[in-house]
Amino acid sequence: MKHSPRDIAESHRRITRRALLLGGAQLAFAGVLTLRMRHLQVNQADRYRRLAEENRLIDKLVPPVRGLIFDRNGLQLAVNAQNYKVIIVKEDAGDVEQVLSRLSRLIPLSDEDLARTRREIARRSPFVPVTIAERLSWESVAVIAVNTPALPGITTEIGHSREYPVGPDMAHVVGYVGPVSDYDLERLDDPDPLLQIPRFQIGKSGVEARMEHTLRGKAGDRRIEVNASGRVMRELARREGEPGAELQLTVDTGLQNFTLARLGDESAAAVVLDTENGDILTAASAPSFDPNKFVRGISLADYRGLTLNKYRPLAGKAVQGAYPPGSTFKLVTALAALEAGVISPEETVWCPGHLQLGDRRFHCWKSGGHGHVNLNTSLQQSCDVYYYDLAQRVGIDRISAMAVRLGLGRKYDLPMSAVHSGLAPTRAWKQGARGEDWRVGDTLNASIGQGYVLASPLQLAVMAARVASGRAVVPRLVRAINGAEQPVLGGAPLGLDEDTLRRVRQALYDVSNSRRGTAYGSRIIGDAFRMAGKTGTSQVRSVRVSNEDVPWEHRDHALFICYAPFEAPRYAVSVVVEHGGSGSGAAAPIARDVLLHALHGGYPPLNAYPAKDRERVREMQDTLPLRDPATLERRSGRA
Amino acid sequence: MSYLESRVRSVPTGLVRKLLCMNWPIILLLTAIAMVGFLMLYSVAGGDANRWAMPQMKRFAFGVGAMIAIGLTPIWFWRNMAGVAYLGSLALLVAVEWFGVAGMGAQRWIDLGFVRLQPSEPAKIALIMLLAAYYDWLDIRKVSRPVWVLIPLVLILIPALLVLRQPDLGTAILLVAGGGLVMFAAGVSLHYFGAVIAVGAGLITAVFRTRGTDWQVLQDYQYRRIDTFLDPSSDPLGAGYHITQSKIALGSGGWAGRGFMQGTQSRLNFLPEKHTDFIFTTLAEEFGFRGGIFLLSLYTLILVFCIVSAVRNRDRFAALLTLGIGGMLFLFFAVNISMVMGLVPVVGIPLPLVSYGGSAMMVLMAAFGLVQSAHVHQLR
Repeated sequence: MKHSPRDIAESHRRITRRALLLGGAQLAFAGVLTLRMRHLQVNQADRYRRLAEENRLIDKLVPPVRGLIFDRNGLQLAVNAQNYKVIIVKEDAGDVEQVLSRLSRLIPLSDEDLARTRREIARRSPFVPVTIAERLSWESVAVIAVNTPALPGITTEIGHSREYPVGPDMAHVVGYVGPVSDYDLERLDDPDPLLQIPRFQIGKSGVEARMEHTLRGKAGDRRIEVNASGRVMRELARREGEPGAELQLTVDTGLQNFTLARLGDESAAAVVLDTENGDILTAASAPSFDPNKFVRGISLADYRGLTLNKYRPLAGKAVQGAYPPGSTFKLVTALAALEAGVISPEETVWCPGHLQLGDRRFHCWKSGGHGHVNLNTSLQQSCDVYYYDLAQRVGIDRISAMAVRLGLGRKYDLPMSAVHSGLAPTRAWKQGARGEDWRVGDTLNASIGQGYVLASPLQLAVMAARVASGRAVVPRLVRAINGAEQPVLGGAPLGLDEDTLRRVRQALYDVSNSRRGTAYGSRIIGDAFRMAGKTGTSQVRSVRVSNEDVPWEHRDHALFICYAPFEAPRYAVSVVVEHGGSGSGAAAPIARDVLLHALHGGYPPLNAYPAKDRERVREMQDTLPLRDPATLERRSGRA
Repeated sequence: MSYLESRVRSVPTGLVRKLLCMNWPIILLLTAIAMVGFLMLYSVAGGDANRWAMPQMKRFAFGVGAMIAIGLTPIWFWRNMAGVAYLGSLALLVAVEWFGVAGMGAQRWIDLGFVRLQPSEPAKIALIMLLAAYYDWLDIRKVSRPVWVLIPLVLILIPALLVLRQPDLGTAILLVAGGGLVMFAAGVSLHYFGAVIAVGAGLITAVFRTRGTDWQVLQDYQYRRIDTFLDPSSDPLGAGYHITQSKIALGSGGWAGRGFMQGTQSRLNFLPEKHTDFIFTTLAEEFGFRGGIFLLSLYTLILVFCIVSAVRNRDRFAALLTLGIGGMLFLFFAVNISMVMGLVPVVGIPLPLVSYGGSAMMVLMAAFGLVQSAHVHQLR
C-alpha cells in the first residue's frame, strides 16, 4: 500500500523501537535458558550423572560353583552335574504356541511345564528367556539341536545341579541341598546376597548344611548395562567369584554301602571309627532315603512316605539317635569302680538273680542268677547284679564322670545334622531337669545302662575306641578342606590304669571268644583279627517281656560295641538295632560282619567265620545288593 | 526522497546480484544448525545414517533450494500472496478434519501421497504473512483502534481454534503467540497486551476451575501433562517419565558432555522421542553445557540478524515479516528447550531444523526464504 513518507518514517521508528524491545526480550529469555542449563548441567551435574548411571547399570551376582565332596578314597559323594535346560525367548520364537507344540512332539514335556512356560511368557518381557524344562536327557538335547531350524527361539543351556552319586548311602552324612526358603532366610541370619537369588541352592541337612559356608564359595558379580525396557545391552565388568572349597570326608563309601546293606530292613544304625585318629569310616542309618529326590523337588507322596514311615528314614540315627546303652554301659561302671578302687578285678559278687534294695527288687537278666561273679565273668556273661553292687559302692557321680571320660554324654562337633549329646546323668542333672533328688535306685538302673542314661551309636563307638586305645579318641568327619588336612582332635591318654584296662579288654575279648561269652556266636576266627566286644539289650519299657510277643515298638533295642584286632586295635564298631531283640542275636552278627569288612577292605574270606556260619555268610555275600565301586568316579586332580 | 537518491538506491535485479545481496549470515547459521541436527540424528540412530540423518539432509538440501527460490522472488509478490496463503492453509486445516491421519493420538497429518503434510506448519507462516500484509495496508494511525485490533485477533484465532481441535495445544499457543508478536512489532498499544495478559490469567484460572466439569476447556491428557509438569515426580514412570528422564539426560551431560554417541540416556532408550521433540536433550547429554550453549548461540545469532535486517528495511511488510518469522523461530526453540529442561509442560513442539520431521523443516526454510526475499528486495 502506498503510505506517505511521514507515515513511513513513523512506521520505521515504531518498528525499530518494538523490534529492539522484542530482541531484548528474546535475548533475555535465551539468558534464562542458559541459566537453567547451567543449573542442570553444571550445578547438579553430579546428581544427574548418578541418576543416569542408576538407570542403566545393574549389578548382578554370579553364583559360585559349589564345592565337591569326596570320601576318604577320593570317590565322589556330592558333585555338580551338568543340567541341560531348554529355554524359549518369545521375541525370537514368533509364534510361541506353534513352537511349543512342535517341541512337545520332539521331547517329553509335561502339561505342567507347558502351562508354567505360558504363564511366564505372558508375564515377562519378550526378550526374557523362560525355562521350559530342566534335567533333559542327552537325547533330548540332541533332538533339539538337530531340529533347531524348526524351533526358533528355542535354545538349550547347561546349568549345574547338585547330584549325589551314592544316593541313599551317604544321605544322612552328606545331606542334601535345596532352594533357599523364607524360613531359611529367617533362620540363618546370613547376609550373603547370594541367598536372595531365586532358587539358589543351599545345604539343608548333613555336611551340606553344616559346612555351607565352606562349600558355598563367594559370589562373583557382573555389571551389566540395560536399556529402558530392561534388556541387557552388554556386560561392562565381571568379577569371578571363588568356588566353594572341596571337602574330603573320612567316610569310606564301600564300607558304608556294605554296612547299610547289611543293616537291611531293620531300623538300625552302625558306626565304624578308626581307633587311632577317630576317623568316622561309616555312619550308617537304616533305612535311608535318596537325597537326589530332595534336590529335584520331592513329590508330596514320596515325602509323606518318608515322614510317616515308623522306621524314620529321614533321621540319621547314627548321631541323632539316643538309646539306653544297656549292658554296653557296664564298661563304664566297671572302669569307674576299678579306678575308684572299690573293687578288685578278682573280687566276686554273689548273683542270686536279683538284688533287693529296700522294698524294690532289681532283677538280673538271668533269673536263675550267675552265682559267684568277678569282673571278667560279669562282663562276659553280662551279669546285672554285679553292677548293682558296684553301683552302690562307687556312686553315680563317679559313674557319670567315667562315662564322660569314655566319650558319652557330650556332643561332638561334627558337621552332621542334629548330633545328639546323649546323657550321662548326674545328681545335678536330675535336680535341674526333673526337680527330683537322685535316688540309689537311679544309680542301679544307670549302672547297667538303663534309666536316664542315653547314648548315640556314635558315642558307643567312641567308647569302644577309647577302651581299645586307652586314649581320648575324638571322632572326625572332615579329613581335608581343599586338600588341607584337618587336625586330629583328642588322642591324649585317658589316664586309666593300664592293668585295669588290660583286664577289662580281656573280659571284652572273652565276650566273643569265650564259649560262655554273650557274643560267642559272633566271634571271628583267625588270630590276627580277633574281636573284643560287648553286647547290650536295652529295655524300652520297664517291664521285662518276651520280645516275640509284643509289638515291634515295645521290643528291646539290640546293641553291640566291638573293636578289632584285639592285639592292635584299628577299628571300633557300634551297632544299634532299634527294637531288634537282643544284642547278641541282632546286633553282634552285624557288627562282626562290618568289622570284618573294614579289616579286609571288602568281603572277608569265609574262613574268618565260624564253620557253621560260613554257608549262611556266603549266601549273604552273594545276595547283598552292593554298589560296584567301579561305577563311582574318582576325584580328578590332586589326591 | 530526491530523484538522485532514488537513482542511487535501488532494488537489486539480476540473479547474481540478488544472490550476492542475500542475507548470507542467516543462510550459514541455518546450515550450521541443520548440520548439528544431522549429527544428532546420526547419533540417536546409533550410528545409522540412513535412518534419519540422510532423509533429513535431502530435505534440507531441498529446503535450501526452496529458500533461495523464494528469496529471489520479489517481496511484493509474497505480500500479494498473503491472503491466498492464509486461505489455503485454513483450507488444509479444515481438510485435516476429514482426511487427516491420526498420529500420536491426534489428527495432525494429511497424506498427500508423496508427502505427509502437517497443515498447522504452513498455517504459522501464512498467518504471519497475512498479519504483516494487514499492517502494511492499515493506516498507521489506526493500528491501536479497537476495531482494527479486533480484525487481526480474529485472523489469529481462526487457525488457532482449528489447530486446537486436532487437538494440538502447543501449535495453537504458538500461533497465538506468533500472531501476537507481529501485532506487538506493528506497534499495537501496550494496553492491549496488558489486557490480554490479564485475560490470559483469568483464562488459566478458568481452565483449572472447569476441570472435571462438563465444560472443561482442555482434554484430560492435557490436564495430566500440566499436572506432571508441575510435579514430575508424582508419576515418574508414567507421563512424568519424559520430563524426569530428560532432565537426567541433560544433567548427566555436565560441562563437557558424555561424548558423541556416548549418551546413555538416549542410546538406551530412557529418553522418549529422542529424534524429534527431545533431540536437544541428546545434544546436551553428549556435548554437555558447551554443546547446548553453542546451539543456543546459533539460534540467538539468527534472531539478531533478523532484527538487524528488519530494522534496516524501510518496507513495513518486509520488516514485520522478518520480525514475525524470527519471532516464530524464537518461539519454536525457546518452547522446545524450555520443555526438555522442565521449564514448561511437555507440548509437541520440535526443535527447528534439528528435530527429525519434514513439514516443519520445509516450512521453516520457506519462511526464511521470505526473510531472504525481504532482505534482497529493498532499496540499496
